[in-house]
Amino acid sequence: MKELMVRAVYCEMLGYEASFSYIHAIKLAQQGTALDKRVGYLAVSLFLNESHELLLLLVNTVLKDLQSTNLIEVCMALTVVGQVFPKDMIPAILPMVEEKLNHPKEIIRRKAVLALYKFYLIAPNQVQHIHSKFRKALCDKDPGVMSASLHIYLEMVTKPESYKDLVVSFVTILKQVVGGKLPIDFNYHSVPAPWLQIQLLRILSLLGKNDRSTSEMMYEVLDESLRRAEMNHNITYAILFECVKTIYTIHPKAELLEKAAKCIGNFVLSPKINLKYLGLKALTYVVQQDANLALQHQMTIIECLDHADLIIKRETLELLFRITNGQNVKVIVEKLLEFLRHSKDDYRNISKGVYLPINECTYAPDNSWFIRTMNTVFLLVGDQMQPDIPNSFLRLLSEGFESAEEDQQLRLLAVDSYVSLLQEQPARLPQRFLQVISWVLGEYSSVKEGLEPATVLRLLAPLLDLRHCSSETKSWVLAAMTKLSAGPACLSVAQELAERHGGSLDTTLRQRLHELQHLASDGELLRRVLPCSDGLEPLEVDSTLSFLDGFVSEALAAGAAPYKPPHQRQEELAQEKALSVEPYGLSLPLSLSSSSIAGRLSPTVLSMSSGLSGNSTELSPKGGSALRLEGVTRVWGKEGYLAKAALKPEEAAKTEVPCPLSVLQEGGSAPRTPVVSLPAPAPGPSLQAEREKQQLASCLFMGLGSQGAAGPCLVRLNRSPPSAMDNLLCSSPLDSGSTPSPADSAPSPADSAPSPADSATSPADPAPHLPHDLPANNRPCDAQEDLTEDTDTSETVVEGNSVAVVDPYDPEPLCLSPHLPEELCGLPRSEIRPLCRDASLVLSACCVRTDHSSLLVVFVSNASDSAARRFALQMTSGDLEQRRIKEYPPFNGSSWSPGGSRPLSVSTEEYGRLWLASSNDIKQNLALLSQEPDPLRATLHRLRDRLQLNVVDIIASEGIVACQLLQGPPCLMHCRLNAGCLAVWLRSSLPELPDCLLYHCQRALAQH
Amino acid sequence: MINAILIFNNHGKPRLIRFYQYFAEELQQQIIRETFHLVSKRDDNVCNFLEGGSLIGGSDYKLIYRHYATLYFVFCVDSSESELGILDLIQVFVETLDKCFENVCELDLIFHMDKVHYILQEVVMGGMVLETNMNEIVAQVELQNRMEKSEGGLSAAPARAVSAVKNMNLPEMPRNINIGDLNIKVPSLSPF
Repeated sequence: MKELMVRAVYCEMLGYEASFSYIHAIKLAQQGTALDKRVGYLAVSLFLNESHELLLLLVNTVLKDLQSTNLIEVCMALTVVGQVFPKDMIPAILPMVEEKLNHPKEIIRRKAVLALYKFYLIAPNQVQHIHSKFRKALCDKDPGVMSASLHIYLEMVTKPESYKDLVVSFVTILKQVVGGKLPIDFNYHSVPAPWLQIQLLRILSLLGKNDRSTSEMMYEVLDESLRRAEMNHNITYAILFECVKTIYTIHPKAELLEKAAKCIGNFVLSPKINLKYLGLKALTYVVQQDANLALQHQMTIIECLDHADLIIKRETLELLFRITNGQNVKVIVEKLLEFLRHSKDDYRNISKGVYLPINECTYAPDNSWFIRTMNTVFLLVGDQMQPDIPNSFLRLLSEGFESAEEDQQLRLLAVDSYVSLLQEQPARLPQRFLQVISWVLGEYSSVKEGLEPATVLRLLAPLLDLRHCSSETKSWVLAAMTKLSAGPACLSVAQELAERHGGSLDTTLRQRLHELQHLASDGELLRRVLPCSDGLEPLEVDSTLSFLDGFVSEALAAGAAPYKPPHQRQEELAQEKALSVEPYGLSLPLSLSSSSIAGRLSPTVLSMSSGLSGNSTELSPKGGSALRLEGVTRVWGKEGYLAKAALKPEEAAKTEVPCPLSVLQEGGSAPRTPVVSLPAPAPGPSLQAEREKQQLASCLFMGLGSQGAAGPCLVRLNRSPPSAMDNLLCSSPLDSGSTPSPADSAPSPADSAPSPADSATSPADPAPHLPHDLPANNRPCDAQEDLTEDTDTSETVVEGNSVAVVDPYDPEPLCLSPHLPEELCGLPRSEIRPLCRDASLVLSACCVRTDHSSLLVVFVSNASDSAARRFALQMTSGDLEQRRIKEYPPFNGSSWSPGGSRPLSVSTEEYGRLWLASSNDIKQNLALLSQEPDPLRATLHRLRDRLQLNVVDIIASEGIVACQLLQGPPCLMHCRLNAGCLAVWLRSSLPELPDCLLYHCQRALAQH
Repeated sequence: MINAILIFNNHGKPRLIRFYQYFAEELQQQIIRETFHLVSKRDDNVCNFLEGGSLIGGSDYKLIYRHYATLYFVFCVDSSESELGILDLIQVFVETLDKCFENVCELDLIFHMDKVHYILQEVVMGGMVLETNMNEIVAQVELQNRMEKSEGGLSAAPARAVSAVKNMNLPEMPRNINIGDLNIKVPSLSPF
């Protein structure tokens, strides 16, 4: 059997199906002797994945083996637990694994730690309570166990706040390791425990990021590691590389930086190719902070550009991309394009494609160059491109820049070039490019004078005949044609098209054609449906489809069946065991009217809305949000706008790297650095080559040194939304501080106003999540500042989460303690938390829960004794918005807080129905408030008060509780008294929700 | 974390695959093919790191590989692993194999695939590096091998009796568990 199993494993490896043997593998693990077990376990861990149903059969075996006295069996069981184990069964074996942490044998302890780590990864909520044991594992006397526990910490310190106290321990451990205090067994090529060192360094870099006091503790040991790691073996380089990265991540210290820079130099100049690669990587990482370094190594970088190894080449280009600025952009983009052209294989679509456009919109020197480059990019990368690139390109075209003139010019150029492209050979253009072309022509062909819409239509029409054209592309083309179809000439084209394609099997296509024909024949209707507006105001999409109400009631009156949401339908189907045709009753005739709302949006919206048109009486929130998400976000929706808008300044901040290089001569001559020791000039051709390289270098690194002299090329930079780099940035108080404010990511740009915000406050700041930039806000309280509000931002906030900004014009109360406006007084709220204060301003916030939303209330009060007349309050809500995106449509377990839920009032019968409709469930025992007279009631009421649940009913020793996500699905909880604890059973349609709610219940009951 | 460990020969025939993240069978084979395609094209004098296989994970992942005679050892890792560290881990793994098999070759991997897996289990567990000390790994594997022998010896007698009774009505089931090529050296009693 054993032998056979090994053969089955072999077969699977070669790609042949051997699923018949799975059950035998489990049987072998169950019944066999220890030897069979070993093969059985191995086969199981190779064959099955975590959600495989057969795995449940293994749980009992694992349980038995964990209790075994045979060391090997315990080992095997722990190994298999660490590789595959069903998530739902973790509670069953958790206590057993925990127990193993105290096992006398170190190998068992070590495997137990890793098994727990695995649990932490797949179900973090369930191992919440054993964090203290992890700490114990960290202090284990055996270094092996300790190093295993580092895996856990490496994962956990990505949220560094709660682990700052461990810095001292980590530093001590590293010090001991570096100092050679470990047993000699741990040496690898006479380096003490290198992998351990690498891991510790990573942890330290995460902990010391943006934290001065923590970083200070590390300096000494980092210095020590740098010193000890003598260059003799690969593994020391690994440690060095990690060291350098840490030094550049944590709060900088000049001495260390100097040493690290020297190390990077060694890497880059090394003849070993692996080290060169790492050196380039390090440079890429570092160049944001210290562009000087790139200048020092410019000749090496140039050599790497022509390296035979594609990977090295790619890394170099990435580095170049980082140092792009207005002056060298042409050369760098040229290099990037060249790379794209020559690399025919799979790498090409990976990252370069992403970088190019952002790159160009920020720095492009002139419009025609920009359009030309984008055309080349589209042609080269074509369909392998990530979809957001064409989207952002189109956004750029439609939103425009500072001056309207330039916009027009850009659009004109685009239209021009596209028309000529279409005239040549449209068949060879990639799909995405065709989509972009048709959109642009649809929107802007009117910009060009003398270009008749009919001509454009004739150009576009052949695209529909192309065989390789996908139906999505055809939809884009047709949408563009619809926009243009005015006048009799167009009508004939439209009719011709309708005749030719009217028989198409693709329903979307046919519908689109139909619309085209209608609109072309009726100019009045066309103007009404597709108004020619100049500005691109985001269209309001009525996601509830309320304008259809009249139609619905008519249809209902005429005898149509009311709409039922899908789950209800399914249930009914299941009950009746018969086909139901009801929902099809009213879907068809709606398509035209619904398309009119989508108007000038994208073809996807059109198809979405017509797909949704059956959704009538019940204004299902699901349908609504799907509409918003799928259709609008893609290009022109509000959310789309904003996500990008928030991104862009950061990008801009990153890419513009000012560099104070004093050696540079004025006038843009080649920046030669004194550090690069040029090889002695050899006679003849090599000298020539050398010169060429230097020329290239001077092109590439141009502008890196000459700060401030940005010149006319940087006009485009202004285009990035002004909000982020401005001084006033209020971030959400609920923010955990995980996203650094944009200002942190780059050294303050040379040409920005002298805002000392960063350096002045952040290091000493006690609470790391406070908005650093705030103090800049209050320098002139009496100055004339306008009440500026970033329109974009506030708009979405209201749309999504409806954040009410308590107006700073509100008369400040005399006592100056924050108080809520009257309409919010009665509502449940969190306590008012002070955010930050200084001599003149106090900022605090709280969260108020209404029935439909969570309000974030920010209080601004004047703490100085002078009267403040006017405030400028600007809210930039990148974080808020991020949270919203995270929380809502895709429910995210980790970021959810009880503030996002509302009590759900249902009757017991409805509850029963909902219960059946929800599919994801979880069971667990909770602690009971046993000292109360009526423990069940007391416990449930505590939960109700803490977590906003609704206690639906309590009957004898059972109770049912319900809540729902804000505009989201419900979660139901069934509780029963069982042997002194509360057995709860949670169900919801969202898979993560029960788990999450359970965790919060546990917490609510734990804190008395 | 390590996502996958692939060993294949110069012709792209897989010799050992171990995924620490679930992929469907089809996809696994596709990954192997793609990886082989990427790796085999590279000369010996270029760097040992590869970025941008499109199947596993995307841009966050890299392939780190070493080429020994007829075999490629490829580790697919995410950004939380150190490149050079993994490169040396491969070295440790290969040296361990060498120690356990005495001059390891491709055939050893074919005929003792289970053993290779056991050794790998001691080095990497669930995608995490468990042990990097060669002696320790060898000791663990030896310990398990010794158990094999004791299975056939005195201490395992009761267990064998039980299983014999269990299997009584299945006469075709092989009773003798010491099959062929599992190399057993010195018989000794289990320490526990």
